[in-house]
Amino acid sequence: MSAMLPSTPLARRALLAAPLALFGIGGASAYILLQRMERGTYDPHALSSMLVGKKLPAFDLPGQPPSPGFTNLDVTKGGRLGLVNFFASWCVPCLQEAPQLQRLAAMGVPLWGIAYKDKTAATAQFLAANGNPYRAVARDASGMTAINFGLYGVPETYLVDPGGIVRWRWAGGISADVMGDTLLPLLKRYG
Amino acid sequence: MIGTFPVPELGHFALALAVALAGAQAVLGLWGAQGRDVRLMAAAPALALGQFLALICAYGALVISAVTDDFSVLTIANNSNSHEPLIYKITGTWGDHEGSILLWCLILGLCGAAVAAFGRNLPSTLRARVIGVLGLVSSGFLLFALTASNPFLRDWPPPIDGRNLNPLLQDPGLAFHPPVLYTGYVGFAVPFAFAVAALLEGRVDASWGRWVRPWALASWCALTGGIALGSWWAYYSLGWGGFWFWDPVENASLLPWLTGTALIHSAIVVEKREALKIWTILLAIGTFSLSLSGTFLVRSGILNSVHAFANDPTRGVFILVLLGIVIGGALLLFLFRAPAMAPTGLFAPISREGALVLNNILLCAICAVVLTGTIYPLLASLLFHAQISVGAPYFDATVLPLSIPLFLAMAVGPVLPWKRAAIREVAPRLLGAAGLAALVALATVFSTRQWVVVAGFSGAAWLIGGAFTDIVARARLGRVPFAASLQRLRSQPSAIWGAAIAHAGMGITLAGLAGAALGSASVVALHPGQATLVGGYQFLLRDVHGAPGPNYTARIADIAVSRNGVAITTLHPSRRNFPVQQIDTTDAAISTNGLRDLYAVLGDEHGSTAILRLHVNPMAPWIWLGALVMAAGGGLSLADRRLRIGAPARRRRANAASARPA
Repeated sequence: MSAMLPSTPLARRALLAAPLALFGIGGASAYILLQRMERGTYDPHALSSMLVGKKLPAFDLPGQPPSPGFTNLDVTKGGRLGLVNFFASWCVPCLQEAPQLQRLAAMGVPLWGIAYKDKTAATAQFLAANGNPYRAVARDASGMTAINFGLYGVPETYLVDPGGIVRWRWAGGISADVMGDTLLPLLKRYG
Repeated sequence: MIGTFPVPELGHFALALAVALAGAQAVLGLWGAQGRDVRLMAAAPALALGQFLALICAYGALVISAVTDDFSVLTIANNSNSHEPLIYKITGTWGDHEGSILLWCLILGLCGAAVAAFGRNLPSTLRARVIGVLGLVSSGFLLFALTASNPFLRDWPPPIDGRNLNPLLQDPGLAFHPPVLYTGYVGFAVPFAFAVAALLEGRVDASWGRWVRPWALASWCALTGGIALGSWWAYYSLGWGGFWFWDPVENASLLPWLTGTALIHSAIVVEKREALKIWTILLAIGTFSLSLSGTFLVRSGILNSVHAFANDPTRGVFILVLLGIVIGGALLLFLFRAPAMAPTGLFAPISREGALVLNNILLCAICAVVLTGTIYPLLASLLFHAQISVGAPYFDATVLPLSIPLFLAMAVGPVLPWKRAAIREVAPRLLGAAGLAALVALATVFSTRQWVVVAGFSGAAWLIGGAFTDIVARARLGRVPFAASLQRLRSQPSAIWGAAIAHAGMGITLAGLAGAALGSASVVALHPGQATLVGGYQFLLRDVHGAPGPNYTARIADIAVSRNGVAITTLHPSRRNFPVQQIDTTDAAISTNGLRDLYAVLGDEHGSTAILRLHVNPMAPWIWLGALVMAAGGGLSLADRRLRIGAPARRRRANAASARPA
């Protein structure tokens, strides 16, 4: 096992230099980010998504019975905007945003629900207790679609314009304030 | 205290004195060892003790100022309040950035003093270099504390009362979490110093492995305890019902734990077989580097986290330069000196050494995966100007597959002999553990269809069974009379017991994690008098009422829990409102019987309905019990070390004595 290091001196040196090089790159990156923070061009707390301005990631999820499943293409089928909402029965903010989602549904905004890592029975109970504002409810039992979305937690909501481009991402429950100040104007702009 | 004895100035002076002493400790220790000057080298331990005393004075002054409500001191005005209970006035001193950096320095000073006090049997040059390197690190961070993050700055005129400690920190679990965690983080400075000293000496041998291991082990125990305390606090205090959220701050503590675990194992190989020297040196440097970088990334606010301290980019640049000197310097030295550390012990892939190498590879792979996920948002921001987030789904999906082979190997490694092993001879010894694992798998597969849970419980049985396989073999249980077996058990070195207990602790934690996946939870809105069913338990909301506290007002719910009509307990979850900061905190009510937790959190109230979050968490206490057992195993192993550290020195002295007359 002494052969764990390469035999030529140059290769050995290169391998031993790797930690230093990695640290150098890391340090330089951290320095640049600190500079950007000072200039205000980098804000670590802004949690806008890389998805904003891009196409919705492709997915094809099974449905939460009795709802059929849906794909990324269904969300904007017929040239309409849509809201994709990740939720789970075990999350408190999901319960708190329920009245706002009901209002949106009453206004005719198409809501597409994705139950994130939740048991079928628990999701059904949650929808029965708090009302079902969704056009369709799909299940992301494995959480793989959530990885593609860069999900930070539940609930999370994505506004997709009629062209299938994500225009807005909101991590956390949609409060009455967020809805009035941000979401409704956005719906007017892209709708 | 205004107008009487100026305690904060005394602390300020003691801090400045500590900077000077640390600087002298670094210069005299390193210079003295380089020139083999006995007098200079002898000064280093004394300076290390002096530096520690000065830091005790400084920290003591901060505590006295906090206890006596001296709000002319800025940090105390910001983080304390005259109505606060005494305990939180004291623990509040490390609740903010300035105070926690001073605590950090105090523990670093303690490490230097400990090497000075307990390292008498080390060769004098190695000891002087270790103390010198610790002095160098100390002086850097003390300088930072003195110039950029001074906890003794005054504010005039002082406010009438302080702004109070962040209510989230007014909690016994969190109050003692930072000192334990910091002891773990900072403790790895000693293995780091040993590594740098060994590079300076140009020599690593078995005794180096023996000397560095107790320090690494002690730090590892503290880090294990610190992480467990933090996770337990998140469980009962944040009210999210979970125990690990892959938050950057949590990951920052997990990374050095992973490499530190690798270090305490690879140091065994250095000690017993004089192999893996370069790798062990790199792990010692890497573990402390990860501790430092994690602290930096969180403190500078570069990484977004729920725990973030006040962000200040200028402070960030100071720490970054400091890290560059400490870590960059060590790695540069590593580049030039490491090639000289040729391994002398050879071994076959299937052997104790081979198993420990596998352990190291897997632990470091997990570390790399977690590190990637933690800093990827930073890289994306830097390279693609994009802000992305990496959450629990990524970490769950990547860490789990790497943990499975690690757990499998954990039981196999300890029964393998050194140098080379034959699978045919070793496999029968593990039949007991394998049988136990199969039995548990069979028992659980009927109650749950989640393969992860079945594998988890079965893996836990494998780990616990495997942990004691070696000890049972050593005691020759069943092959010699029982009394003789007991005698053999008692005479096993405590390091063997320690390792077995620590491995079993991992098994206990794994069982807890598997059980947690079986938990049921529900969020409901109930009127008083209404009940709901969660996981087979009936939760009946009796009443929600108000109650006063020392510096908060509380709303408390009474929830009667019963199963099949049999009353089990009444839970009292509460929500506290701290009027000074206008912050609400939740206090989960947990009733445990050791095998399952009944867990209730009181959320918002709308009219007469209250939102409740109710959990039934099977096996949850085992998660932290296992961590405790792991730390205890490490501690037991340490007890053995201490005896053995002295042994070679005594022998050497005896040799010297017998050689003198001749």
